[in-house]
Amino acid sequence: MINKYPKTLLVIITEAVLENALVRDVRERGAQGWTVAEVHGGGSESVREGAWEADRTIEMKVICEPDVADAIASHVLAAYATNYSVVVYFSAVSVLRPDRY
Amino acid sequence: MVIDVVVYFFILGVFARLVKSDLKLPEALYETLSIYLLLAIGLKGGIELSKQPVATLAPQVLACMALGFVIPVVLFPFLRKLRLNGADAAALGAHYGSVSVVTFAVATAALTRQGIAYESHAALWVAVMEAPGLVAGILLARWAQRKTVRQGAETGAPRSAGWGALAHDVLLGKSVLLLMGGLLIGALAGEAGTAPIKAVFIDPFKGVLALFLLELGLVAGGRLAEVRRFGVAVLVIGLGVPPVLAVAGALVGVALGLSTGGVAVLAALAASASYIAAPTAMRIAVPEANAALSITAALGITFPFNIVVGIPLYILLAKSLTT
Repeated sequence: MINKYPKTLLVIITEAVLENALVRDVRERGAQGWTVAEVHGGGSESVREGAWEADRTIEMKVICEPDVADAIASHVLAAYATNYSVVVYFSAVSVLRPDRY
Repeated sequence: MVIDVVVYFFILGVFARLVKSDLKLPEALYETLSIYLLLAIGLKGGIELSKQPVATLAPQVLACMALGFVIPVVLFPFLRKLRLNGADAAALGAHYGSVSVVTFAVATAALTRQGIAYESHAALWVAVMEAPGLVAGILLARWAQRKTVRQGAETGAPRSAGWGALAHDVLLGKSVLLLMGGLLIGALAGEAGTAPIKAVFIDPFKGVLALFLLELGLVAGGRLAEVRRFGVAVLVIGLGVPPVLAVAGALVGVALGLSTGGVAVLAALAASASYIAAPTAMRIAVPEANAALSITAALGITFPFNIVVGIPLYILLAKSLTT
C-alpha cells in the first residue's frame, strides 16, 4: 500500500481581475503552489459568463497545510468578499509527497 | 445615411443574443481579434506619424488628454443628481472619459466611405485618451469615499491596490501597450518597412472589425436585458451623455484646427465609452462600484447608439462646424 499524507485543498472561485493579488496573497501566507483555471457560472446575485474581460471568473486551487488554508481563506473573505464575487471551500485530500505542499 | 457594412454584423450579434441563439465566439478568438485591432490601428497611425514632424502634434496630444480627464469630472455631479452613489458616478465617468477603440474604427471607416479626409495619425489620439479618464475616475472615487468616511458612514472594503500597481495596469495594460507599440513600430518602420506585413495588418482590417462587432453585438445584446434592472437613469445616461460629449469633443477639434474628418473623429472619441480597459481598471481600483451598471450603459446602450445613430450625426456636426 502506497503511503498517503493528509492535506487541505482550498478552492477559491472569484473574479479574474483578482488573480495577481490572490497569487501574492497565497504565497505570502505560505502556500507553495497554486493552480488557476478560467471558469464561468452564476449565483444568487448574478451570472458571470466571461463575456467581456471584467466578467471573467477564475478558480484557484491551493493544496496546503490546514492552518495555511485557514489563513488564506480568512484573508480572502476580509479583503475581497465585500465587493467581489467570492466562493471559498475546503476539502480534505491525500497527497503522495507531503513536503511539496 | 447608409449604415456601414460592419454595423450590420453588430446588429446580427444583438439579434442572435435576443433570440437566444446558441451562437458564441470562442473567448480566445475575442482576445485575438482585440489584440489584432489594437495593433493594426496603432500600426496604421504609426506609418502616418513617420511622415510628419512629431513636435507639431504636442498640442493635439495635450488637448486629447485634457479632454479625457475632464469628462469624468464634469459628468460626476450630473450622475450624482441621477441618484448614483459616489463610486458608481466616478466609475461610470471613467468609462466615458476613456475611449472605445472600436467606435473609433467604425467612425474612421464611415469617414473613408464618405470620402471625408481625417488626420491619418488619429490613432495617436486614441492611445493618449485611454488613460486620463481612468485616472480622473479613480481620483473622484477616492475623493467621494473620503467624504463619506468623514461623514461617518460605512467605509466599505479595504483598498486592494495602490497607485503604483494601478499605473502599471493602466499604462502597461494591453490596450495602451498595443496601441502605443503599434504606433512606435509603424513610425520606426515607415511605409516601406511595414509593406511586408501589410497583407496581415492593413488589408484585412475591416473584415476583422466586422467579426469583432459580431462578438460585441452578442455581449451588448446580453446587456439589454439588464437595462430594465437599472431603470430610466441608465437610459438617460447611455443615450443622453454621448451627444453632449460629442459636441464638446467637436469644439475641441475645431479649436485645434483639425480637418472636418478630424473633428468628427474627436467627437466620436469623446462620445465613446470604454468597455475593455475601463471595466477592468475600475474593478480593481473602485471595487465598490457596480460593474454591471457601467458595462450596461457603456456597451449595452452607448456603444450601439454611437455606431448606429451617433457617428453619422457627429459627421454632420463636424461638417457644419468646419465649413
